[in-house]
Amino acid sequence: MRRAEIVTAVLMAAFSIYLMWKSAELPVGWIPDEGPGGGAFSFWLSAMMLVCCVWIAINWVRRASPPSRSDAPFMDSFARNKFVLVGGGVTAMIGLVHFVGMYGAIPAFLVYYLRFLGRHSWLTTLAIALGAPVVTFFFFDVALRIVLPKGYLEPLFYPLYDIFL
Amino acid sequence: MESILLSLSGGLLEAFQPLNLLMIVIGCVVGLFIGAMPGLGSVNGVAILLPITFLVPPNAAIMFLAAIYYGAMYGGAISSITLGIPGASTAVATVFDGRPLAIAGKADQALTAAAIASFVGGTVSVVLFTLFAPPLADFALRFGPPEEFALMVLAFATFIGLGGDDIPKTIFSILIGLVLATIGLDIISGRPRLIFFDISGFMHGINFLVLAIGIYGIGEMLWTLEQTEGNVIVHKVNMSWRAFLTNLGHVKYYIKTTILGSILGYFVGTLPAAGATPASLMSYGLAKTFSKDPESFGKGNVAGVAAPEAANNAASTGSMLPMITLGIPGSPTTAILLGGMIIWGLRPGPLLFTEHPDFVWGLIGSLYVANAFTVLINLAFIPLFVRVLTMPFTVLAPIIFVLCVVGGYAPSQTMHDVWLMLLFGVAGYLLRKLNYPVAPAVLAIVLGPLAEQSFRQSLLGSQGEVWIFFERPISATCIAIAAALVLYPVLRGLRKPAKAQA
Repeated sequence: MRRAEIVTAVLMAAFSIYLMWKSAELPVGWIPDEGPGGGAFSFWLSAMMLVCCVWIAINWVRRASPPSRSDAPFMDSFARNKFVLVGGGVTAMIGLVHFVGMYGAIPAFLVYYLRFLGRHSWLTTLAIALGAPVVTFFFFDVALRIVLPKGYLEPLFYPLYDIFL
Repeated sequence: MESILLSLSGGLLEAFQPLNLLMIVIGCVVGLFIGAMPGLGSVNGVAILLPITFLVPPNAAIMFLAAIYYGAMYGGAISSITLGIPGASTAVATVFDGRPLAIAGKADQALTAAAIASFVGGTVSVVLFTLFAPPLADFALRFGPPEEFALMVLAFATFIGLGGDDIPKTIFSILIGLVLATIGLDIISGRPRLIFFDISGFMHGINFLVLAIGIYGIGEMLWTLEQTEGNVIVHKVNMSWRAFLTNLGHVKYYIKTTILGSILGYFVGTLPAAGATPASLMSYGLAKTFSKDPESFGKGNVAGVAAPEAANNAASTGSMLPMITLGIPGSPTTAILLGGMIIWGLRPGPLLFTEHPDFVWGLIGSLYVANAFTVLINLAFIPLFVRVLTMPFTVLAPIIFVLCVVGGYAPSQTMHDVWLMLLFGVAGYLLRKLNYPVAPAVLAIVLGPLAEQSFRQSLLGSQGEVWIFFERPISATCIAIAAALVLYPVLRGLRKPAKAQA
């Protein structure tokens, strides 16, 4: 925990500096009779973020915040496994959307999660994995007219578009 | 007074429109369910489900979301009592006495008390809301950009002074939310700013929903999955008409604490950083202090269930007061509602009362209706909700992840936002492990554009003189209170560094 605390503070400080530099692409100073320039708001806020990071670091040195006193690991093996399996699954689902669209990625993710992480029966798994995209299609594509990405599966939907849209 | 009653009856009629009524009832049921599921609270439900309300007009949408908010406050008690795990942080105090009652086989008594107390809390607070909102909005009509900005500063300061989290981390969270809100086109000069790596997706800015769904959907799920190891035991609930009537007779034991808790909850709820969780804890403490039998608290006193439940419902209504009248959300959930109003093309603030009276009064009317429906649905279907609680989390979690991805896509319809949502969710989860509070960031990204606009308009009006914020009485008062709220904990922290090292 203690190491994670300072690493995060340093990373966030670097991010603040990057934000300040990026904000400075627009005028950050005072424009006479008008007030601050377009980048000023974000520039000074980022500068204050940097100050907070320094403050967090000082607390770390003084051991004034609970994480800076804690010897517990930032993530134990249980948490790390969960994080990698679940977070990785969600990342893979979003990645898959680019290729097979929402309607390919959603069932794939649900089968992965329900069957392999949740150890549910194939019946439960398939009922949810196949039911969810149908509900989603009628809700978003048909009712809301928000056409979700289809990727390479687009041609399969032409007949459905003809019927419902 | 007469005009208030007239407007209120108009609002009630609006709430009884078939579509609106349907949305309220669905919202109540969904809210009860969300509140009852450990790991999901009103804020998660409202954030994840906001995109699906694009289907209905704004009036019905806000009633639906408000009903979820309301229902979740009732629902939290169900798991606090039957599982011994708070369904949401707002129901933490309900566990103290609800759990011992359930162990003693009196779960039905506790659940009835929770439902009735929630109903009383809801009713008291809605009446207070109806009385306070119009005059406050009237008063706020005099506010110009400097007052608006000062009020937002005050809202942020309450997080620092009253939030109780690590101070630099709280400030950091507010600031990062504000900076994320500045991404996109500069509102005054029209020039693009903070376009990271020249990715065009940043040109349209970061929709607050991307951050809200990321943090309260993805991040919250990751957090809950890590926290809920092991199995939970569900306590049996025996409900019969006869038992129900006996339990109803017990109202006399806790009605006083309930009303006290309701009033307390309402006023604590109006403060941006406070809200339902501290209100329920304070109400519990108050009930114990004023009880003739303080020893029995924590061992299964019905008043110990009623007091926090009344307060958390009252606080949820209370937090809508500043949202509707001033345009400043009183809680993370109302921050998301406020963001929703902006998406629906409404400008939150005092003008809502004059420009969209049907919207405001419809919402107020819907609170009365939702309150009545929730108590009925809650009492009638307690056994059903208890059964739902046995649903494994491994079914709920993947469905919520799917809802997040689809919901993150819907507002702007770009995959860029879905990736950003994932990034925020993971970052929010990791930062939360290190005690960075996440609610201030969500509030800040909603208020950010409004804050910057009012700040720069004020300075344009005063030709660049910062003194404008201190010259006008209302804004000067707000700034002074804000400064005190920030300085007090900072000075206190500096004074006793020795204790921290101990």
